Amino acid sequence: MKEFSSLLHNLILTPSRNTKIKLLQDYFKTLDINRAYALAILSDQLSFKFIKASKLRELVYEQVDQHLFDFSYDYVGDLAETISLIWPKKAASKAQNLSSLIDNIKKIKKSEINKEFGKILNQLSHNERWTLIKICTGGLRIGVSERLVKTSLADLYKKSVNEIEEIWHGLEFPYENLFRWLRNETKKPKIDFKKLFHPMMLANPIDEEKDFNRLKASEFQAEYKWDGIRVQLMVSSKKVALYSRTGDNISSAFPEIIETTKGDAVIDGELLVGKKFKPYGFNDLQQRLNRKKASKELQKKFPVFIRAYDILFYKGKDLRKLFLFERRKFLEKFQKENKSNQIDLSSIITFSNWRELSKYKNNFNDDLNEGVMIKLKNSEYLPGRKKGYWYKWKKNPKLVDAILMYAQRGHGKRSSYYSDFTFGIWKGNDLVPIGKAYSGYTDKELLVLDKFIRNNTTNKFGPVREVKKEIVLEIAFDDIFSSNRHKSGVAMRFPRIHRIRWDKPINEIISLEEFKKEFKIS
Amino acid sequence: MDFINHKLFIKDINVHIDPILPKKIAIITHGHADHARFGHDHVIATRQTIDIMKIRYGNKCAKKFTSLRYGQKYSIKNYDFTLYPAGHILGSAQVLIEKDNHRLVITGDYKVGKDETCKNFKLVKCDTLITEATFGLPIFQHPDPKDEIKKLIHSIKINKNNSHIVGAYALGKAQRVMNLLRQQKYNETIYIHGSLEKLCQYYSKEKINIGKFEKVSSKDKSFYEGKIIIAPPSALKDRWSRRFPNPIICMASGWMTVKQRAKQQGIELPLIISDHSDWNELLDTINKSNAKNILVTHGQEDALVYYCKKQNLLSKPLSIQGRNDEEIE
Repeated sequence: MKEFSSLLHNLILTPSRNTKIKLLQDYFKTLDINRAYALAILSDQLSFKFIKASKLRELVYEQVDQHLFDFSYDYVGDLAETISLIWPKKAASKAQNLSSLIDNIKKIKKSEINKEFGKILNQLSHNERWTLIKICTGGLRIGVSERLVKTSLADLYKKSVNEIEEIWHGLEFPYENLFRWLRNETKKPKIDFKKLFHPMMLANPIDEEKDFNRLKASEFQAEYKWDGIRVQLMVSSKKVALYSRTGDNISSAFPEIIETTKGDAVIDGELLVGKKFKPYGFNDLQQRLNRKKASKELQKKFPVFIRAYDILFYKGKDLRKLFLFERRKFLEKFQKENKSNQIDLSSIITFSNWRELSKYKNNFNDDLNEGVMIKLKNSEYLPGRKKGYWYKWKKNPKLVDAILMYAQRGHGKRSSYYSDFTFGIWKGNDLVPIGKAYSGYTDKELLVLDKFIRNNTTNKFGPVREVKKEIVLEIAFDDIFSSNRHKSGVAMRFPRIHRIRWDKPINEIISLEEFKKEFKIS
Repeated sequence: MDFINHKLFIKDINVHIDPILPKKIAIITHGHADHARFGHDHVIATRQTIDIMKIRYGNKCAKKFTSLRYGQKYSIKNYDFTLYPAGHILGSAQVLIEKDNHRLVITGDYKVGKDETCKNFKLVKCDTLITEATFGLPIFQHPDPKDEIKKLIHSIKINKNNSHIVGAYALGKAQRVMNLLRQQKYNETIYIHGSLEKLCQYYSKEKINIGKFEKVSSKDKSFYEGKIIIAPPSALKDRWSRRFPNPIICMASGWMTVKQRAKQQGIELPLIISDHSDWNELLDTINKSNAKNILVTHGQEDALVYYCKKQNLLSKPLSIQGRNDEEIE
């Protein structure tokens, strides 16, 4: 555990790719069960969300005064680090290895988490505590991509990265077959590709100025960009499985899809909530997300379907090397052969030039799509966000000018900066907050805002600072709903700071009434 | 204690403690720039603090100087002033003010831990304590500086082709790092940024063991392989640091406790070496001082004020202009 936690510590602090590779190679020189765990953790394959943030807080409140913890968390901006630093020092730390530590944790009964997990934290050093909490809550954020781990292993054991990549998603903890092959004891492991999740092909945002001059409209096809969640559906006579974009198996949450789908294929599509292939809003979809299971009632109230974009395998045949327009024919064939109330096809928009397409992008009346996708007809199905094949062209965001009211320190790489901003508009002579944004600004703008906040605080409420009302922010947002959870009666989807309106005085900001009228909120 | 206001000003006798702007009479706790300023009429401080002010601002940085030994009483009307060691840097002092049987202590910046580069902190009992709170959060529990300096020595051993640039404040921290290296029997010449030279010479003259040092000069790049270079934090990102071969950027500071902070600043080897008290030392000092009234100045005052109130001590934050957050050490 000590070795692994100092590896993570060093990886976080090293900006250089080469040093990161060197650190990884030093660590993976031996290949044992601890390294197997490390590999699973680094490549995010250890599905081990053992403890939730709320439970951790509960645990730490048993040890430390709640207010003192909250002050500290606000300052540090990272739960794992705050807990690991504030945890009272008990006995000297006991050396433990990574694998037995995780095995022990897996054995803990739910009812005894507080007691047993607390005991384990007591035995670790500060850095080990930090590592363990990161592992148990998921999401290391140490600036190491899966690709970098593969590259390090490939270089160290004189294999090609492509070879590792090819079998990667078929490998399973504890990677015995991989390790033996790396040590040249056996041949490359054989993987049954059809049963696996296949990394998805993603799109890059289009650069209107550059790309449209460069790209020929006739070489591309367009589809609507639906506002659901991207999924991969695997169907065979034996098994049906649904995976999220990141490869998590989410089958159990959508039984109606699993039970009704037939055929033999791997389909790429968008999961949407709606009836008769008419999607409801994203708000409704959220009722079905982040749940392990769906009750009958929920299935009835928020029925789901898949709008298929693409097909990767058909009757055992790998189609990924075919071009998009060729794959489309297979997709249509699959659809015809396996009629389903849960799957329809994403329709193709015909257009002759980019200007014509822009009408589709913006004029589509209801708010259920986010814009259009532009795909090269001759594109193979390439995993990741490769440049030059698929583009997304989002609708212009909605905009509103609002007044900066409150600020709070950010988390992660923005910790210590006042980077979470609450903004509001007029309601009579008062301001009422309409949303909160923590992105969109440039680094420079962040510094200016941070400085303004420090110098113009008029009031403090715990970690929140109220500021002098003089800065106007132009807020961009994707959508807006009425909401009875907020004082203003509105909730924005993905608000971010578009720019700072230095030129605009606060008395020119619109009222809540005008705002609601403009966006047709009752 | 109504005699002193939130700016550490005693109106009655026109005395300020660590004022930012030029004043008539200024008692200076130590030589850091956020406490010791140019242009007062009369400066009262320890001999070393006065020496340091003269080195930094010139011999005429004040019209008149009065140097006090630790423990020596100095009276202005019915106010008695005594300086006690604060253990922060060479010459640093706490100020005890006695008036009408009321004892008030201003700690200034202080640390309780052992430090060979200055006289160690002395606890002074009092009725009112004005304490600093730079590291006033329970996450700050400084490790043993010896273990931290060993990390630097270890890194030099395993990275022979790299240079190590250590960011450290020019006054106090730089010399402490040098002294800690010497305690671990690191006997090589230590290379320093030009802005540290006069202060290092002064520390040597005061018989502080910082060993052999030399100003960085335009030598062949490879000369600095395997060497330690100490520079003020501002120089780390400057063009100045590009002259060194494969530099590993280190920083000696209490702020290095928080990984994300180290990462933000591009520090590869954080060394948690602080000249301020950590959370436990702040609490310990508050408790042992017997003070019933605690005022908390610059830093993370909220948590400390909260703690004191929970202990039934009268407590409130004292915001002193010009000293905000993380810019100071």
